[in-house]
Amino acid sequence: MASFAARAGAWLIVVVALALLFFLPSSRAEAFCGFYVGKADASLFNDASQVIMVRRDNRTVISMANDYRGPLTEFALVVPVPTVLERSQIRIGERKLFERIDSYSAPRLAEYFDPDPCQVAKRDALMARKEALPASISLDERKNRDKALGVTVEASYTVGEYDIVILSGTQSDGLETWLRENGYRIPKGASAALRPYIRQKMKFFVAKVNLEEQAQTGVSYLRPLQFAFEYDRFMLPVRLGMLNARGPQDLVLYVLTANGRVETTNYRTLKVPANMDLPVYVRGEFAKTYKALFSAQAAREDYRAIFTEYFWDMSWCDPCAADPLSPAELRQAGVYWVGDSAGRGGGQPVMLTRLHLRYTRDSLPEDLVFQETQDRANFQARYVLRHPWTGPSDACEQAKPYFAAVSARQETEAQALSSLTGWDLASIRTRMALSSQSPTRWWETMWR
Amino acid sequence: MSSPTLFARAAAACDAWRMRYPVLRDARLFQIAFLASLLSIGVLVKDFALRPEQMALAFAAGIATQATWIRALRIRHRGILSAVITCFGLSILLRADSLWVHPLAAALAISAKFVIRFHGKHLYNPANLGVILAISLFPGAWISPGQWGQEVVLAGWFVVLGGVVVNRAQRSDIAWVFLAAYLGLVALRVSALGQPWTIWLHQFSNGGLLLFAFFMISDPMTIPNRRSARVAYAVVVAVAAFLWHFELFKPNGLVWALFFCAPLVPIIDRFFPAPRFEWRGQQTGGGRA
Repeated sequence: MASFAARAGAWLIVVVALALLFFLPSSRAEAFCGFYVGKADASLFNDASQVIMVRRDNRTVISMANDYRGPLTEFALVVPVPTVLERSQIRIGERKLFERIDSYSAPRLAEYFDPDPCQVAKRDALMARKEALPASISLDERKNRDKALGVTVEASYTVGEYDIVILSGTQSDGLETWLRENGYRIPKGASAALRPYIRQKMKFFVAKVNLEEQAQTGVSYLRPLQFAFEYDRFMLPVRLGMLNARGPQDLVLYVLTANGRVETTNYRTLKVPANMDLPVYVRGEFAKTYKALFSAQAAREDYRAIFTEYFWDMSWCDPCAADPLSPAELRQAGVYWVGDSAGRGGGQPVMLTRLHLRYTRDSLPEDLVFQETQDRANFQARYVLRHPWTGPSDACEQAKPYFAAVSARQETEAQALSSLTGWDLASIRTRMALSSQSPTRWWETMWR
Repeated sequence: MSSPTLFARAAAACDAWRMRYPVLRDARLFQIAFLASLLSIGVLVKDFALRPEQMALAFAAGIATQATWIRALRIRHRGILSAVITCFGLSILLRADSLWVHPLAAALAISAKFVIRFHGKHLYNPANLGVILAISLFPGAWISPGQWGQEVVLAGWFVVLGGVVVNRAQRSDIAWVFLAAYLGLVALRVSALGQPWTIWLHQFSNGGLLLFAFFMISDPMTIPNRRSARVAYAVVVAVAAFLWHFELFKPNGLVWALFFCAPLVPIIDRFFPAPRFEWRGQQTGGGRA
């Protein structure tokens, strides 16, 4: 038995050593400081929907924004909801709220300037930042007529510029026919997609634009719709929206909770690769860079993973790309547990998780199901630019090793940018004016 | 035609090795190999959010706890292999934002193995208990049920099927019954709701399910001794997990179901007695003479 124990011990050591080896390269976000210098245009991602979801216990508030640009008569929105919503559960939200929460949580750029290597120096830092954006879910509608198709109009309201009906159905074919007869342009395959919701006894929240009311609002766009309800499932029905998808579509989801980071339980949730140094020329084109980065990462995961772009306690930020939402704004978003009398930054127990998903028609077989974890470790998609010191290379003894280190660092930055975005390494080096120092080696372009 | 021959040959080769190296008769070595590869792929390729320090501390605490109990209780014929398996299981399943969660969970789970015992068997599968204690009692601990990618699951199945060749009849009956019952219920739900079958496939390709079936519920020390009782037990756990997930809509149905069903085992053993399982191949039955 002693020999068995010895052998087992030996095995154990081997296994633990192997396991530790696997883990060695790990990196933590460094501490940082700095200030905000700018952000990229919010219209970065086309075909993007933005959803704010507030959830605590069973209480759920969903706000949906879209950037629908087609004819208003053709706009329609169909959302499965757990119960027949009363008029008071539905509200028109403000687009500004989405802009605020977006700019607060968007991926960002941080800039640092190398100190004079000849002196012991302090550092300056700059921050910049950027974005992702709105949406469209579409179908088509007119109203009228009755059942016989097993469809019941449970309620109908006019809220702001929207005419809203809450439908329940007993058969998906009937519902599809009803929607068609009432002027909604339903994509093919709708009845198959509607069926699971009908069988789970869900209702359908259907909205179209009331042109008269719309004219009175005085704005050219459609304002976000908000609805509040109780539901034991923490999920977001995305399958209906996918029917319309031609190419990949983006969904940016801001989840506000009280305890910790939110992730999906039925798909992988990854943190977007961040906190690395990038070439300084990225400063002028961060929007383009992040767009390419996200596209490359989403494609690499076959559009089956969801990326966390931000997770932070709402009461503070470091650095702040935009001020945290005020208690009034949070209440507007549906964070019902924030006291309206409380002052700004008063340690509100509100956590914001920003999730960004790019999906195709077939990449998500199931609706998104979420859980709130107990994770409270802050995360932000932040990229760092380090400007080299610009003094002469013969300024002092330390200058030479400094510039050698800068060259090495720039090469690493070029490679990081290339691997994140899939851009050609040689052209990155050219843009950085690195080509003379480090020629592209033959194998680096071979497989591109 | 050729596949049974191949199977028989592979099995015969394995048996020959076992005759020469008795230590290989211990099915737990295979388990460790499986769990280590699952974890390595997960961490290297799939960004499992596990820090190396967390894993190192879990192993240190787990092994130390096992060694301490063995010494304190003067137990013989017991090594630390099962502690290693527990620590792998905890590392694969448990996520935390601090360093102390993993070692504490490992220490408590392994201690429970020596403390909470009925009829000479421990009640809870240690990894199962550790995970449940951590997510329900410790702040900053959670499970990420969505962490698996299809590649990990594919690799997992590959190793499991390899293991079937190596360890024929290693009481894996319960794993297969459980899988059939659980996936059967999911299939019924999919067809009742008229959902696309890709949903069933999506549920099927979950590494957590695989891990649970072959390394948690099938832990021979925490399941009924009699075969027919084991089958019934697997079905009960499957139904409980299904209800937890699809009726209560709560995450982590598998580990919760096993946690709630484990206390049934001593009762079942009392009414349906049978000889107890021993590790290291003496009583593994099945294909070996």
